[in-house]
Amino acid sequence: MKPPRPALTGRGPTSIIVANTYGEDDTLAAKDARPPSRNLDAARLLGHYRTMLRIRAFEEAALEGLEDKLVLGAIHPSIGQEAVAVGVCANLARSDILLSTHRGHGHTIAKGADTLAMMRELFGREGGTCHGKGGSMHIADFKVGMLGANGVVGANILIAVGAAHAVRLRKGKEVVACIFGDGAINRGPFLEGLNWAGVWKLPILFVCEDNGFAATTRTHAMTAGEGPAARAESLGIASSAVDGNDLVAVDETARRLVAEIRGGGGPRFLLCKTYRLTGHTGADPAPYRTKDEVAAAWKGDPIARLRDLLATAGVAPGDLAAAESAARAEIDAAYAEAKVSPFPPLERAFADVQDVGDPRREAF
Amino acid sequence: MDKLTYAEASRQAIAEEMRRDATVWAVGEDLGRGGVFGQYKGLVEEFGPERIADAPISEACIMGAAVGAAMMGTRPIVELRFSDFALCAIDELVNQAAKARYMFGGQGRVPLVVREPIGMWRSSAAQHSQSLEGWYTHIPGLVVLAPATPADNKGLLKAAIRCDDPVVYLEHKHLWPLEGDVPDGDHLVEIGKARVVRAGQDITIVSWSAAVHTCLAAAETLAKERIDAEVIDLRSLWPWDKMTVLESVAKTGRLLVVHEAVQVGGFGAEIAATVAERAHFALKAPVKRLGAPRAPISYAPNLEDQVRVTAEQTAATTRKMVGA
Repeated sequence: MKPPRPALTGRGPTSIIVANTYGEDDTLAAKDARPPSRNLDAARLLGHYRTMLRIRAFEEAALEGLEDKLVLGAIHPSIGQEAVAVGVCANLARSDILLSTHRGHGHTIAKGADTLAMMRELFGREGGTCHGKGGSMHIADFKVGMLGANGVVGANILIAVGAAHAVRLRKGKEVVACIFGDGAINRGPFLEGLNWAGVWKLPILFVCEDNGFAATTRTHAMTAGEGPAARAESLGIASSAVDGNDLVAVDETARRLVAEIRGGGGPRFLLCKTYRLTGHTGADPAPYRTKDEVAAAWKGDPIARLRDLLATAGVAPGDLAAAESAARAEIDAAYAEAKVSPFPPLERAFADVQDVGDPRREAF
Repeated sequence: MDKLTYAEASRQAIAEEMRRDATVWAVGEDLGRGGVFGQYKGLVEEFGPERIADAPISEACIMGAAVGAAMMGTRPIVELRFSDFALCAIDELVNQAAKARYMFGGQGRVPLVVREPIGMWRSSAAQHSQSLEGWYTHIPGLVVLAPATPADNKGLLKAAIRCDDPVVYLEHKHLWPLEGDVPDGDHLVEIGKARVVRAGQDITIVSWSAAVHTCLAAAETLAKERIDAEVIDLRSLWPWDKMTVLESVAKTGRLLVVHEAVQVGGFGAEIAATVAERAHFALKAPVKRLGAPRAPISYAPNLEDQVRVTAEQTAATTRKMVGA
């Protein structure tokens, strides 16, 4: 019997916001506690809170699955980055398109994917979103417009640009959102894709989820110039930068940008400054940063911040607790069900390779 | 039956498919001016700049955007100008296009055609002359086609556009002006079917793309020496037509594979190995390959010729194999 998991938001008090400037000075200094007098839509935010809790619960369960050898390959948790996933995807319709990264569980859940199918996918089981053939890094759920996480940093940018190009060709109304990390801005696809989107004025929202790390290296140490938003601006793409741990800020800014894009305004760029509270992978103890740094970052936990905001806005403590227990119950059930789901039937190994040509050895 | 060049045949294929299917579009550098070899001439006038789309010199983005656009239900024809430049888009082709359907469990398809002009062409030197078809045949998920004639360049290109798999479509630059009869109407060539170009009894010579014409020239020379070579144009490398090759070898007892690409690790090795495994006891002589030496392609014509596979070499190799 395992000890019960700690509360999803129980890592300490909140009040911290990260800086939006790019570079070494991205300390987690307290700057801005959002004034509670703002006119907040508590019902909408409670919904966002629920989604963030579901993401947190899913990823904590996935890490447990790694220890239990149920998750077989690498996973890249996004714990601490949930406000970006939820704030962006809350402003997309189901028919809108999302392209994600290797750190994509949160984006996928926020876009509406089923957590049981996702957990099965992480466990390599039949009934997974990709029949267990993709795993964490290739999670996709086309029926909710989620066209794939990607194992190659920055590769999703070009695919997203192409999806937006197809929307243009079909004179569709969909918006494409493409979320990538700060590490991606040093790959060629960032330049090629943003340029292309600018040339064609494509309906695409580029979201740089800047967690400060490119794998296990601090991004600023490997990045010349003024960073992601400045690069986008240099290509004529209007950019906004927000505190990515402030759900309200991400939600409000993404809402405005998506409306501008849907209105024919062309591409927009959103930089969300956040912090990766776990290592690069589930197996990375992250010795390249201090415990103090991580402890300080936990004080900016976006879920705890939103909980405090909701409490201040008058949401009853019982409702907040119920949201947390519901998230936990959903994911615990998914975990238990995925664990007893069968592995895919062997014929899946040679299904969906291609229509033309037999992939089997005996056919050669 | 029309007399068309290899380039005109491809243009006709694209025009017909774009008229037939509104989701087909083409994207690449300089397409608005007809493409670098004129193989898109006149198409922008008929279909407009949205469907015959100019692209920046961003091969990775051309290819990657085509993947996204294909996943959304359009059918892009991707022009990569020279196959050598396609190497700038290998992640997008190999890691993305070829694998998306499989790794996402069949949720989506990537129906696109990547046109890559290949081969040696008038002192084009090391970065504009390569034939890398062997690489692509190694990648699960890709179809690999290499037509040798105007008729096949129409029929195979049309079939490629209709195919739901990503297709690497290799056209030989030297063949653009080649004229030939092209059947009227909706001419389609089945992917995976070889063409017996010349029937013969003494040896099976398997080739594809421009090297087919080299082999035919050799066969004409050999015929005067009473050596009767059967020449097979594979034209589809994945999937490839094993039955036609094996049946031919069962008849002739000899196999020579000829290709312009580097011999080491080339697709000829796959054919030779398959025949050795499946038809060993039908063989009257060891199988033989004739490909390029493992050296880059030179600019100077005399050095360029050092890596060229010729009709004379093909004939000489054949004579040795039949014991003439």
